[in-house]
Amino acid sequence: MAVNYIYPEYEVVRNYDRCIACRVCERQCANEVHEYLKDIKKMVADDSKCVNCHRCVSLCPTRALKIVKTDHTFKENANWSGKSIQEIYKQAEGGGVLLSSMGNPEKYPVYFDKILLNASQVTNPSIDPLREPMETKVLLGSKAQNIERDENGRIKKVMPPHVELSVPVMFSAMSYGSISYNAHESLARAASELGILYNTGEGGLHEDFYKYGKNTIVQVASGRFGVHKAYLNSSAAIEIKMGQGAKPGIGGHLPGAKIVGDISKTRMIPEGSDAISPAPHHDIYSIEDLRQLVFSLKEATGYTKPVIVKIAAVHNVSAIASGIARSGADIIAIDGFRGGTGAAPTRIRDHVGLPIELALASVDKRLRDEGIRNNVSLVVAGSIRSSADVVKAVALGADAVYIGTAALIALGCHLCRSCHTGKCNWGIATQKEELVKRLNPNLGYKRLVNLITAWKHEIKEMMGGMGINSIEALKGNRLMLRGVGLNEKELEILGIKHAGE
Amino acid sequence: MKRVYVNEKWCLGCHLCEYYCAFASTGGKDMALVLKDIEISPRIRIEEMDGISFAVSCRHCDEPFCVKGCITGALSKNDGIITIDKEKCIGCYTCVLSCPYGAVQPSDDGAIQKCELCIKTHAGVPQCVLGCPNGAIVFEERGA
Amino acid sequence: MREGMFRNLSGCAVSGIFSKSGKRFSGELIIDSISVMHERSNGLGGGFAGYGIYPEYKDFYAFHMFYDNFAAKKECEEFLERHFDIINLSKIPTRKVPQIKDEPLIWRYFVTPLPTKLASSQLDEREFVVKCVFRINTSIKGAYVFSSGKNMGVFKAMGYPEDVGRFYRLEEYEGYCFTAHGRYPTNTPGWWGGAHPFALLDYSVVHNGEISSYDANRRSIEMYGYKCTLQTDTEVITYIIDYLNRKKGLTLKEVCSVIAAPFWSTIERKPQEEREELEFLRSTFDSLLITGPFSIIVGFEGGLMALNDRLKLRSMVVGEKDDMFYVASEEAAIRVIQNDLDRVWSPKGGEGVIITLEKGKS
Repeated sequence: MAVNYIYPEYEVVRNYDRCIACRVCERQCANEVHEYLKDIKKMVADDSKCVNCHRCVSLCPTRALKIVKTDHTFKENANWSGKSIQEIYKQAEGGGVLLSSMGNPEKYPVYFDKILLNASQVTNPSIDPLREPMETKVLLGSKAQNIERDENGRIKKVMPPHVELSVPVMFSAMSYGSISYNAHESLARAASELGILYNTGEGGLHEDFYKYGKNTIVQVASGRFGVHKAYLNSSAAIEIKMGQGAKPGIGGHLPGAKIVGDISKTRMIPEGSDAISPAPHHDIYSIEDLRQLVFSLKEATGYTKPVIVKIAAVHNVSAIASGIARSGADIIAIDGFRGGTGAAPTRIRDHVGLPIELALASVDKRLRDEGIRNNVSLVVAGSIRSSADVVKAVALGADAVYIGTAALIALGCHLCRSCHTGKCNWGIATQKEELVKRLNPNLGYKRLVNLITAWKHEIKEMMGGMGINSIEALKGNRLMLRGVGLNEKELEILGIKHAGE
Repeated sequence: MKRVYVNEKWCLGCHLCEYYCAFASTGGKDMALVLKDIEISPRIRIEEMDGISFAVSCRHCDEPFCVKGCITGALSKNDGIITIDKEKCIGCYTCVLSCPYGAVQPSDDGAIQKCELCIKTHAGVPQCVLGCPNGAIVFEERGA
Repeated sequence: MREGMFRNLSGCAVSGIFSKSGKRFSGELIIDSISVMHERSNGLGGGFAGYGIYPEYKDFYAFHMFYDNFAAKKECEEFLERHFDIINLSKIPTRKVPQIKDEPLIWRYFVTPLPTKLASSQLDEREFVVKCVFRINTSIKGAYVFSSGKNMGVFKAMGYPEDVGRFYRLEEYEGYCFTAHGRYPTNTPGWWGGAHPFALLDYSVVHNGEISSYDANRRSIEMYGYKCTLQTDTEVITYIIDYLNRKKGLTLKEVCSVIAAPFWSTIERKPQEEREELEFLRSTFDSLLITGPFSIIVGFEGGLMALNDRLKLRSMVVGEKDDMFYVASEEAAIRVIQNDLDRVWSPKGGEGVIITLEKGKS
């Protein structure tokens, strides 16, 4: 090209004193950044292809590589950032919608980071989880509304369908197609070993994974890909996906190139055809339509499984959630605007939706104000990054959280946000056989188990510090939270006091 | 007896095992200093063709041809591990020829070399296994 | 600042005496018991509940009121007249005790709901009374109902419990059950309403502890129409017990399985029938599980319940002699009034001890 408008964002820095030209970087980069020049016996790199995924950096045995942000710059401008300018160049060149992957990376407030937890001192003993039982088990689903007794006066123990989690964390929906078979296997096996659930996303369920059914949430989304009776019945719970935090109001699109082999079979669509999930469900244009789908799914599964309705956090989320709670759903999942995605229009990802902390606080409050909080469990998603986020989410009112990005990071994802290219060097967001095999599920599942086990320990430590020995006593326990650097309105919405109060 | 096993399903053909092996036998501290600008000669090698790859190293056979064929007794099997006594080796290469896996090679450092499961350098912790990024090389007990 | 505007953490002493045969005894006894535990209070609150003390008015709700001023009294009495038939009203008899100061106006009303009002409310009688109590406590400034049950009454004030007992001339009351509370709050409550027992209808609760589940419990119980205006543990515990026992019809034993639920690991080891019941109760009322240290004595019409948190992080001892049942934070508080006990033991954490009147006695 005669004019190069786009200067590479990253530079591959190679320490030639340390490079032994083993060529692992070259062999492992699906973007073909690295090249070995035989004549001069030297490795070179083409920065323009680098997506900063760190595969080469992580595998380099001599630590000869690092990736740095270029210091090449535009003339300083507080209004026109380099990013804005470059995006215009890209669109002027290609004429298309900008695409991105993973969660919103922009500088919006992260409320979890402005909330602090309490601990016991003097008046109330903290509890040592190493010496005393510390319960993290949760049941998700609606609660029995009435107590009925048999002729002998014994309570009829009729519980609405529910699922049990050993710790209030689940793996959120990521379809087979958007992520690899090996990533799915890792999630399924980890969920099974941990006593939690993973979620198929809208890609159907590969026949190899039916055996993990009791740890599986099967998703029914607007494209209805891979949905059939056996699929529904294989699961622990069914999720109707109305929206996704990364792209509220937007459907999905898995390009035909990725609809190959087992993916086409699992999704029940022809090889090579684009899998387009419409933006709305075309049989749900209103709340009463949702109710019909909820009950259709319950009918199909004999009222044995809880139905989750997942929505993106949007401005009137509490009213929507309130409607869903009255529509037969057992669990509401809310996905905040930092939630991840395999591909989303950049403008949607970065500018639509709400922070999950605010959405959660307002939904929990609204459901309580209306006296229907026990009709449903609340699951929140959209950038739960650590056990502290889990504890804060539960204290704000969540029954459990979904983690997507954190799980992928455990599997090796370096958040290069290039999933949409399909060339994931970590074998996660790709269907290329030679890349998929880079994620060995025997190692991957163990890393997920380790992560959640570590979080569980940390959750117990934090609960013990607060003198709480059962997670249900933490749920909605907002007095355990204080805000720092938040204004009155934010505190009011979060329903917490400021630190020092 | 713990052995090194490989699984081509997970081998990425990244060749890192070769470098970790080559480095292990030097006993050096920093791979960058030790392996800089040299042609490595590892005891484990990646075989690859048509997208399939796997690592090959000594299997420490139950009936090792190399040991049987060794004319000086330089190769012997002790505690299940076939080791070389470099003092005794005269470099006849009978072992190199007789190994059906090509796991014994001529060496710059003494006459021949082969995988000795890092017993001489890393207390029996095979460095290729530690260095494999995808669990394609494992060191485990699989019975007889 | 006064109680209700901040969260006031307290340590405490509790004591209770119950006659299973329904034999009435003087309030003197409970003063003797609680005063032994003087060290467990700090003079910022003490109180008593007595059951069977108003036999002549046993069919009427006895409202005990604190008024900040006469305007509040006037407004409240107008409200009462609109909703209830007031059978009797009087000042609650007190005597001057140097240690008890700044008393509010303390009045007592024996009332019964006006039939027309009750019918138009479409509520059962007890729910109607509860609604009225909440109305007064939340919307009539300076008026506070601190006792609202039948044939029972709460007497409480700022001060050490033994002084409070003498102030209210407790020795002049006779009942089949008394409970007592000496408070050790970390902050000054600022008014008498913050003292304990806390009562609603005939439920009265004295409590020692600081529950770590407070806000989870509060936000949950407020969903069912309760208003936690005092921000105290005792208040929320009382409402939970009222909700589960009165509104949801759980037995008190079942209530214990909710608020001090056994650990899941314990539940798993139970026989199937019991296990399923415990699972059902624990999951159905998950947000009413109370964690953190507590020992509570719940008084109710015809009975008494003593309960510890499931880790037993607060002391509580019970004893029996013939038809008499005793419970206190410390064994000394029982021994001082009955040293010759048939049996004395420390109930396990989460194990409710429930005592009721023998059949036909009241």
